[in-house]
Amino acid sequence: MAIASTEPAARSATRRRFAWLNWVGGIGFAAFLASQIFGIATSPPEIGMGHLQKIMYVHLPVVWNGFIAIFIVLVMSTVYLFTRREKHDLLAASAAEIGTVLIGLTLVVGSIWAKPTWGVWWTWDPRLTSTAVLFVIFVGYLALRAFTEDIDRRARWSAAVGILGALNVPIVYMSVRWWRTIHQVQSSPSTVDPSYVLSLRANAIAFLILLIYFIGRRYQAAVLERERERLAEEAALR
Amino acid sequence: MSALGREAGRVAAVAWKDLTAERRTKANFNSVVFLATLTLLLFGFALGPDAEALRAAAAGIVWLTVLFSGVLTFNRSYQLELEGGAFETLLLYPGERRSIFIGKVVANLAFVLLVEAIVVPLAAVLFGLPLLGPFPGLAGVLLLGTIGFVTLGTFYAAMASRMRAREVLLPLLLFPMLVPVLLASVQSTKLVLDGDPMGNFTNWIAMLLLFDLIFFIAAVWAFDHVIED
Repeated sequence: MAIASTEPAARSATRRRFAWLNWVGGIGFAAFLASQIFGIATSPPEIGMGHLQKIMYVHLPVVWNGFIAIFIVLVMSTVYLFTRREKHDLLAASAAEIGTVLIGLTLVVGSIWAKPTWGVWWTWDPRLTSTAVLFVIFVGYLALRAFTEDIDRRARWSAAVGILGALNVPIVYMSVRWWRTIHQVQSSPSTVDPSYVLSLRANAIAFLILLIYFIGRRYQAAVLERERERLAEEAALR
Repeated sequence: MSALGREAGRVAAVAWKDLTAERRTKANFNSVVFLATLTLLLFGFALGPDAEALRAAAAGIVWLTVLFSGVLTFNRSYQLELEGGAFETLLLYPGERRSIFIGKVVANLAFVLLVEAIVVPLAAVLFGLPLLGPFPGLAGVLLLGTIGFVTLGTFYAAMASRMRAREVLLPLLLFPMLVPVLLASVQSTKLVLDGDPMGNFTNWIAMLLLFDLIFFIAAVWAFDHVIED
């Protein structure tokens, strides 16, 4: 009974604390819709790939923000190991979850784009390959969190795993690039025509606002989950 | 005795203890060597019987065999102590805790190098590789690649060995991290075996050295946080 009466109180307190997120979310989704429509309406079809080029407005913002999220994991995990404050652990975990989803989405959207453009779903290009490695590294991070029951342990262990994983990103990229250049196959065209730049920037910013929104919401859920764990522990000890 | 000397003594004591426990039972060593042999044969069946194709794939086969069989040793390096309740006692001894980690890295390194001392000649026989000519280069590559593998393996096992899903979790955490080690080791092994017309060997060796150094420092630093309890 004690749990049933305290939980809604914790929830409504959390909701008040995170009320600002509603605004971020509203602005983010509006900006996302507007910049997608703007991009689709204004950019001319590309010479080689035609309207397929529009995938760029999802693909690039998603991968950039995915990397920002992974960078947040690195920073928050390091800060956690020094401060040992729950907040930083939960923020790192939230950023890791959103980052993993975004990196996974990058791979999926990239494949969808690659099939009609390059003729294959997958190629062992350095960027593709190192993004895939980054994805599995952070799937490991999330698995570790899911399997570790002790709260304190989970925070310390996942901070260590998050830091080492993020440290590995440039090394993985470098190693895969050398591996490819030695077998030299192709370089990917990465020059963007000026007529696409504005839409690309607008979409990147819209996705950044959404990134903040998603991490914030996930963090809010994490705070509630932690509260539930604490109450369950209390009830078990009673 | 200097502080460094005392620490080296602690590292040696931990390594000696782990190796002695292994030497007395040999249970782990025998099963890992057997699994490695089996893996080599299975790769042969999967990719053969074309002798040329097998020879071309040999460097990759050897390294995957080392990774797949070597990964079995890391959890065990903690599990024996955890089951016997001896790990807490080990933590209570005076001195830096990193000596425990470094000692276990040394013991695991010796273990995996011993496995390689059997696996590599066996692979040379099975896949028709030259062994004596490229020996110094090959030994250097094996040592550098194994240091990176063992450092991270020992580090992640400090966590994985204390979980229920340890058999799945350790490879899940470890193998993605090892992609640079695998690439650099396989490529430089190939260059040692087939010759190096483009002079890429030193690049890969530099990458292995860099990886070993960065992750040894990072793992030693993070180990303190990992085994705090």
